[in-house]
Order: sequence, then C-alpha cells, then structure tokens
Amino acid sequence: MKLTIQVNEGPYQHQASDSAYHFTKAALEKGHEVFRVFFYHDGVNNGTRLTTPPQDDRNIVARWSELAEQHDLDLVICVAAAQRRGIVDDGEAERNGKDATNIAPGFRISGLGQLIEGGIQSDRLVVFGD
Amino acid sequence: MATKKFMYVNRRAPYGTIYAWEALEVVLIGAAFEQDVSLAFVDDGVFQLMKGQDTSGIDMKNFSPTYSALGDYEVTKIYVEKESLEERGLTLDDLQHLVWEDEDDDWAEKDSIRLVSRAELAEVFAGQDVMFNF
Repeated sequence: MKLTIQVNEGPYQHQASDSAYHFTKAALEKGHEVFRVFFYHDGVNNGTRLTTPPQDDRNIVARWSELAEQHDLDLVICVAAAQRRGIVDDGEAERNGKDATNIAPGFRISGLGQLIEGGIQSDRLVVFGD
Repeated sequence: MATKKFMYVNRRAPYGTIYAWEALEVVLIGAAFEQDVSLAFVDDGVFQLMKGQDTSGIDMKNFSPTYSALGDYEVTKIYVEKESLEERGLTLDDLQHLVWEDEDDDWAEKDSIRLVSRAELAEVFAGQDVMFNF
C-alpha cells in the first residue's frame, strides 16, 4: 500500500511524532511504500538538527534522518509553518535574509501542495496529531 | 487520475491554538488541486464560523472573513454538526452566512452550510477518500 504520513506535533512535547516514526518504520519493514512524510504545525520542529536531547533519551530528529537515508524517504517540512517557527534551509536563509540554517539531513522545505499531492497519490493519508 | 473526496475536519476553537488557521491555509492551497472538497466543523470547531468575531483584545489576526471566500475557491460543502452547536448553546443564526454561486444555475447564490446530525456526519465521513484532522 502507498502511504503518506502527516505529522502535526513537535518532538518530545507530544507522542505524535514518536508514533508517526514507529508507524512509518513498521510500514516500510512490512514492504509498504511511503510516498512522503509531511510535517505541519509544530511538527516542523522535528526537522531541526540543533536538537540536543539527553544522551539516555531517543534522538527523534536523528531517527527521522536515519530512516530517510535508509529508505530514501521524502521528509517534507511545510514552508509556511516553518517560517513561523524558524526552521531554515539554505534557500529560506537566502530568501528571508537569515544568518543561519538549522534543517536536519534528509529533510526538505516545500509547500502545502506537497501534502495535497500526498493525499491524491497515496492509498491512505495517515495523520498523527492531537 | 480520478478526483478524490477530500474532507477537512475542524475540531478546535479559532484562537488559542494555530490549528484552525493553518487548517484553513491547507484548504486554500488544496483548492487549486480541483478535488471534491468538503469541510466539517465539529466540537469547538463550530466557533470558527461564528459571526462578529473581534480579536482586537488578543493581538491576533481575525481570519474569520476568509471563510466567506471559500465559495470563490469552489469549496461549497460545509458541514456543521448540529449536536456540537446545541452543546454550546449556538444556532445557525450565530454563524456566518456562507454562500457560493452556482454557475450551472445562472450564478444563483446558494447556501454552503449543511446542518447535519452526528449520525449523518458519520455517513458523510464514511464516504470520503482522504480525511484531514485539525
């Protein structure tokens, strides 16, 4: 089955991100196709490489990055939500005159159309949120 | 590719969290994709459609006028759950009058809001292809 995953909550604050990760990983291991993972609302905070959790805790951001590398996952952060919350890649830094970037490896910033396209192209849109 | 039935479920009050506003942003962007779009307002989500909203005291943008533009985006099916209104002491008269113009009927102005019971809304949900929850 072809899936698009939507993540609506930030890391550590809310379990939605953990659940989305475990679901995505399990789906991939079962042989399902994940068309895209789309991060929206505070979910965009899953894509900052500046996260520094305690060493005895899971690293939610790095975990997504590793999963993306292993499975060639498309991790998309909503641009409008990212701009509000300060998630920045090279393109955004240049466009908006920011002095730094913080996007984590394997993530990219794009528009809400990517979420709609996920709904159209996939057999299921699975939403993780509050 | 065949058109899909998209349902956006709005469950939260318009202010207090950003969900309502960012949900509306998805609906507006999604309208360009020419799918069969419906919106539903349930629980505190019914407050999003209240008329006469005034946000001057909380320094936030009053985005409620945007709902009246949905008809121009060909978003013409707006389901409001009857029980959610009643539980909050509201009636349809407390909500904005949302309309759309039917080009197949000499641009006649038609109501966008469909007042449905919880059971009826469950049936509407069951018939959808893609459900967004906000």
